[in-house]
Amino acid sequence: MMASSYNAKEEDGHHSGASSHGAAGAVKSKKPDNTAFKQQRLPAWQPILTAGTVLPAFFVIGLIFIPIGIGLFVSSNNIKEFQIDYTGVDISSPCYSCAKNFSWNSTTPCVCYVPFTLNQSFESNVFMYYGLSNFYQNHRRYVKSRDDSQLNGDRSALTNPSKECEPYRTSDGLPIAPCGAIANSLFNDTLELYHIDSNGTSNPIPLAKKGIAWWTDKHVKFRNPGGNNNLSVAFHGTNKPVNWRNPVYELDPSDPENNGFINEDFIVWMRTAALPTFRKLYRIIQKKPNTTPTLPSGKYLLTITYNYPVLSFDGRKRMILSTISWMGGKNPFLGIAYITVGSICFFLGVVLLIIHHKYDTRNNSADIPN
Amino acid sequence: MGMDVSTLRTLISRYCVGEENWVDSRTIYIGHKEPPPGTEAFIQQRFPDNRIVSSKYTFWNFIPKNMFEQFRRVANFYFLIIFLVQLIIDTPTSPITSGLPLFFVITVTAIKQGYEDWLRHKADNSVNQCPVHVVQHGKVVRKQSRKLRVGDVVFVKENETFPCDLILLSTSRDEGVCYVTTASLDGESSHKTYFAVQDTKAYNTEQEVDSIHATIECEQPQPDLYKFVGRINIYMDNEPVARPLGSENLLLRGATLKNTEYIYAVAIYTGMETKMALNYQSKTQKRSAVEKSMNAYLVVYLFILISKAFVNTVLKYVWQADPNRDEPWYNDRTESERQRHIVIRAFTDFLAFMVLFNYIIPVSMYVTVEMQKFLGSYFIMWDDEMFDEELGERAVVNTSDLNEELGQVEYVFTDKTGTLTENNMEFIECCVDGHVYVPHVILNGQVMPGAGMDMIDTSPGPEAREHEELFFRALCLCHTVQVKEEETVDGIKQGIHQGKSTSFYISSSPDEVALVEGMKRLGFTYLRLKDSHMEILNREDEIERFELLEVLTFDSVRRRMSVIVRSSSGQLYLFCKGADSSIFPRVISGKVEQVKARVEHNAVEGLRTLCVAYRLLSPEQYQEVCHLLSGAKLALQDRDKRLAEAYDIIEKDLILLGATAVEDRLQEKAADTIESLHKAGMKVWVLTGDKMETAAATCYASKLFHRNTQILELTTKRTEEQSLHDVLFDLSRTVLRQHGGMTRDTFSGLSGDCTDYGLIIDGATLSAVMRPPQEDSNSGNYKEIFLEICRNCSAVLCCRMAPLQKAQIVKLIKASKEHPITLAIGDGANDVSMILEAHVGVGIMGKEGRQAVRNSDYAIPKFKHLKKMLLVHGHYYYIRISELVQYFFYKNVCFIFPQFLYQFFCGFSQQPLYDTAYLTLYNISFTSLPILLYSLIEQHINMDILKKDPSLYRDIAKNSLLRWPIFIYWTILGVYDAIVMFFGAYFLFDNTTFTSNGQLMTTNTQMMFGNWTFGTLVFTVLVFTVTFKLALDTHYWTWINHFVIWGSLIFFVVFSLLWGGIIWPFLNYQRMYYVFMQMLSSGPAWLSIILLITAGLLPDVLKKVIWRALWPTTTERIQTKRRCLASEPSTIFMLSQTSSRISF
Repeated sequence: MMASSYNAKEEDGHHSGASSHGAAGAVKSKKPDNTAFKQQRLPAWQPILTAGTVLPAFFVIGLIFIPIGIGLFVSSNNIKEFQIDYTGVDISSPCYSCAKNFSWNSTTPCVCYVPFTLNQSFESNVFMYYGLSNFYQNHRRYVKSRDDSQLNGDRSALTNPSKECEPYRTSDGLPIAPCGAIANSLFNDTLELYHIDSNGTSNPIPLAKKGIAWWTDKHVKFRNPGGNNNLSVAFHGTNKPVNWRNPVYELDPSDPENNGFINEDFIVWMRTAALPTFRKLYRIIQKKPNTTPTLPSGKYLLTITYNYPVLSFDGRKRMILSTISWMGGKNPFLGIAYITVGSICFFLGVVLLIIHHKYDTRNNSADIPN
Repeated sequence: MGMDVSTLRTLISRYCVGEENWVDSRTIYIGHKEPPPGTEAFIQQRFPDNRIVSSKYTFWNFIPKNMFEQFRRVANFYFLIIFLVQLIIDTPTSPITSGLPLFFVITVTAIKQGYEDWLRHKADNSVNQCPVHVVQHGKVVRKQSRKLRVGDVVFVKENETFPCDLILLSTSRDEGVCYVTTASLDGESSHKTYFAVQDTKAYNTEQEVDSIHATIECEQPQPDLYKFVGRINIYMDNEPVARPLGSENLLLRGATLKNTEYIYAVAIYTGMETKMALNYQSKTQKRSAVEKSMNAYLVVYLFILISKAFVNTVLKYVWQADPNRDEPWYNDRTESERQRHIVIRAFTDFLAFMVLFNYIIPVSMYVTVEMQKFLGSYFIMWDDEMFDEELGERAVVNTSDLNEELGQVEYVFTDKTGTLTENNMEFIECCVDGHVYVPHVILNGQVMPGAGMDMIDTSPGPEAREHEELFFRALCLCHTVQVKEEETVDGIKQGIHQGKSTSFYISSSPDEVALVEGMKRLGFTYLRLKDSHMEILNREDEIERFELLEVLTFDSVRRRMSVIVRSSSGQLYLFCKGADSSIFPRVISGKVEQVKARVEHNAVEGLRTLCVAYRLLSPEQYQEVCHLLSGAKLALQDRDKRLAEAYDIIEKDLILLGATAVEDRLQEKAADTIESLHKAGMKVWVLTGDKMETAAATCYASKLFHRNTQILELTTKRTEEQSLHDVLFDLSRTVLRQHGGMTRDTFSGLSGDCTDYGLIIDGATLSAVMRPPQEDSNSGNYKEIFLEICRNCSAVLCCRMAPLQKAQIVKLIKASKEHPITLAIGDGANDVSMILEAHVGVGIMGKEGRQAVRNSDYAIPKFKHLKKMLLVHGHYYYIRISELVQYFFYKNVCFIFPQFLYQFFCGFSQQPLYDTAYLTLYNISFTSLPILLYSLIEQHINMDILKKDPSLYRDIAKNSLLRWPIFIYWTILGVYDAIVMFFGAYFLFDNTTFTSNGQLMTTNTQMMFGNWTFGTLVFTVLVFTVTFKLALDTHYWTWINHFVIWGSLIFFVVFSLLWGGIIWPFLNYQRMYYVFMQMLSSGPAWLSIILLITAGLLPDVLKKVIWRALWPTTTERIQTKRRCLASEPSTIFMLSQTSSRISF
């Protein structure tokens, strides 16, 4: 019966095998079920977008968005930010010689000193960033050039990294750990900050290097092979990335919790930036418990151990100091955008009100003669 | 005596003309017996066995064959290519992103087709293995049906289905007839009579049948169910006797034996050569206008895709010209990549960009569109209002591909009889020599046997009375009506005498039944046909017996039929009945004038008239007739033509008896339906084979023509007076003069000041118009002028049409320069050609069999259901699918354009913006269900309003929602949304000008966002914007809509949380780990998501509101009115006023 009824529908009763099927079909009532769904009469809410209904929404959006925008804009403006370009393009800049004489093979680090002045004091915690420009961390060849299993502490991936790491997969016949272009190009300038007080002595400012990476990255996504003890043994049989001076287990020998793959500077670098101009968190200057500002206004000195060449691809390096607010760092865009959209909505609300008014009267006058 | 002569003749004719077409015929040896030596050569031909194979695949070839067929579709092939490219070259996205959807689509289709084929296999097997009885060596043996061979003698019992095409040898009935119903073949449930071969009908036991020694020569199988020519040579005493075989001897596979205990028959066509199998072929697929626009859009998008990929490739190489950009120290190529030739590299890059952007042409659109059509078509079948209690039938959808075309119809071609009218004939009156008889009907519907009649004219004299009785007898004899006994009565033996109420008349033509029943009421009852004798119960309750000698069957060309009978007194009569036009020219005496006047009077009343005439044949004349007929019947070639010629010679010198009038009532609400169709802007054409006056009367009754309609006639009558050329030019001038002065708004034909035109054309004139242009060029362009006239007429009536001409008309309109969408509706076999020709073919489940229904795209029980089908279902389907198509392109522009923009910021490196999972699932799950549901249940206006106000149909005419401007609007909207989403996120992440992007969750945890967060932010905004956009377009929010729209958003969030919440062990990357959570825990991300969604939706809302306020369509006005109505019940009157005013 199934086959024959199927046939009756699909092929117009093609070869009815069972002689009884015609009769059986006739007996069955074909009356459709009278359900709301089948009759397309389900109860429904039937909204229509008219000037009248949309008007209030426009005003409401305007009234909500504009204050939010103003709030965002103000709080963004209250954020203090200072940045300094230390690339050394200009002959007058302190790092010019370091930039110019850069060589991959030099053993003595080139150090340069950039003095600067803060006109305003920075209250609360201050975040220190390095910024790179014209650096394509989002290039496809670059983005995929990593092995997440290796970084997760997988032993087989450690000795046999993914093909994606090419050409930074092996060196001298040994697998590279961590492999790939991203790890290989780890930002390795060392930045130090000194406050120069009124009598000319420079006091180093303590820079916290922990707590700058995502908690989940540090504790789940990135893991050292064989735990955190005796990393040099765990990484035995692997080679350091070509551009690195030290192997991965010597990234921060002072703190085993911040060494190897779980080094926070490394983790921050491994999160590839979305755009070619980006900044990454470098250090945090914790607010002192007493009432003095974290960074009082005055003279400062930035000491750079210049290891990272950017001039070859026309890149720039910056150091940024910034405070934060409830909505993050300094970004007036969001506030401006909110104010703009809010005002547009408000304006359109007015326009619609006029249209609605005219339209309504026109319609009514047209109806009345009938 | 007569038989011998005819046999002789046939033998002669056989040796003279029979041999020429040996190639096209086959010889069957009954019972596989060799013919006696010397008569003819025994050549065993090979025939296929009786296995029916309707399945497409076998177990072994299913996968390759099905794959091949699926990948022949352009879309599937395209996605396969993309997939292969992804496998071969190093592409930005994993092959899974296109492989998985493709695999899904292919698998689902393959499973569906496999299942269907499995069902077919099962059906085939049950048919092929069902037992049949075959006579072998004088015994009845059971065999499997598939083992049946040509030449086997088959034994079939009552209610069994014939296993193959058979020639009837003998039956259990003495007269050698059997009754058959072909319900499963063409749906006609009436019992048809088939005849055994005269010389073998006496052999009705298995031993006797086995002794038959004969061969059959017949044509090779051909699909026409109603045509068969053959010849049987019976060797009795080694003397071959040849007999003609026609379709009346051929039992078709699939038909069922009824009312006959058993038969013996010989198999002539088996297996796939049976007429039924030959008839089983899929109809040519019709494509809807929406599908055409969809394909056009696809081409545009393909072009966009290619140009995007091309632009990016070029830019990439321009950008990379600087080696420090191409290969900075931190990002080296591999050695093998470096060595690759630049051309190959560029080409691979181009392909990679193609792959990256290929989602702009979504695989899932095809699946969604197909699902929408398939599932959506159920609403037609489920519709309670389209169920007919009387017939117990509901609407049937044979093709769901054309659902939306129902909303686009511009021309409706309808048949008259059975479509506009009930095809429920009622005998009204008859007129004998100018005296009118009206049967007396008793009010409660019971017919009194032998009841008297009302004679309108003065009582006739004795001579007239004789004429009158002859007339009644003629009507009782000249027909092909069968008497059907009640099923419960066992067999024919019970007969008609026991109770008249248990028997009723069956015929393929309802007119005949009406006539015979009318005669019954006038006192002459046709009882039955027995042993070639027709029995009539006359007014005096005496049985008169007439020997039925010949039946000259009805055909639509001759438009008449005749019988030759011998009365008990031995007189030979030829009775002929037919259309007036085919009878009057053949009449030599009788009161022609009076009858003609009455016929015309009746025709104007809308009654169907037939004329009856007779001719007395002398025995010599009869011999001649026999000779002519048997000569024609035995011909293997051109039999029909020769028969027609013979009939033409026989049916002449008639004496007119009178005329009959039968009423065919209009179908319920036919006028209302036609009026609604008119208001909806459709042009309704009636194409009928009926005569002009009758058809015109029906047209007036059904409001096709109004009282103020100016009728233009283009008929033979006029073209006789003037040349066709002049008539055409006259008419076009009349029409165009009027047309020039009238504005578009008055076009609906309802305003008083403008006359609207109705055109009547008849078949003969039409064929003159359609004739290809002759050499002299001025007669050439009739077609154009004709079309021009038709375009300006609100209604056209084409009468006296042959079935093929109906199709020609449809074709003509289809090919005219506007390419309008046509719909043909009909109920009979004569409408099949136009149903197949029109864009949409609708069959009515009428009385004239099921052929129209079988060949139609949609079938409805009654004409009135057309209104709801077009105005409600068609309208809904159209708006649903057009939104579906536009929305699909829109959401994929939104999806892919940010990815295109991102290339400008990642060094044209084909870096995808979104994660693989998002790329794969966007079209499959995040955004697929809301639009599918929308396209199934959206109702922009209530059903009742759509039905009440047909003019709303005009709002969607001419594919208005899929025009290029609207498509461009949607695309621009998509691009705008993409720009808002991308640059919104860009400025949030950017720090070149404004500095700072330290996105911080709280003051003690702070982290940087990378490229995957960027993509996730854009994607989140994208999914929400696109879903909200659909929500804004939804006018009908049922709980299902709420469930699906909010459900799919929730699903997206839950999926993202899960996808980023775990280190997935099977993935070789963990780039999405905690990205979504981190994003959600950042305040600015929330704020920007809200902002970007608002900004993305703003222009569309604005456009909608402003357009609605300033330039509302009728639909929008009604929607707004309805709202007012809900708040103010007192404006009901106003609404009806406005809605009718709007329709102008």
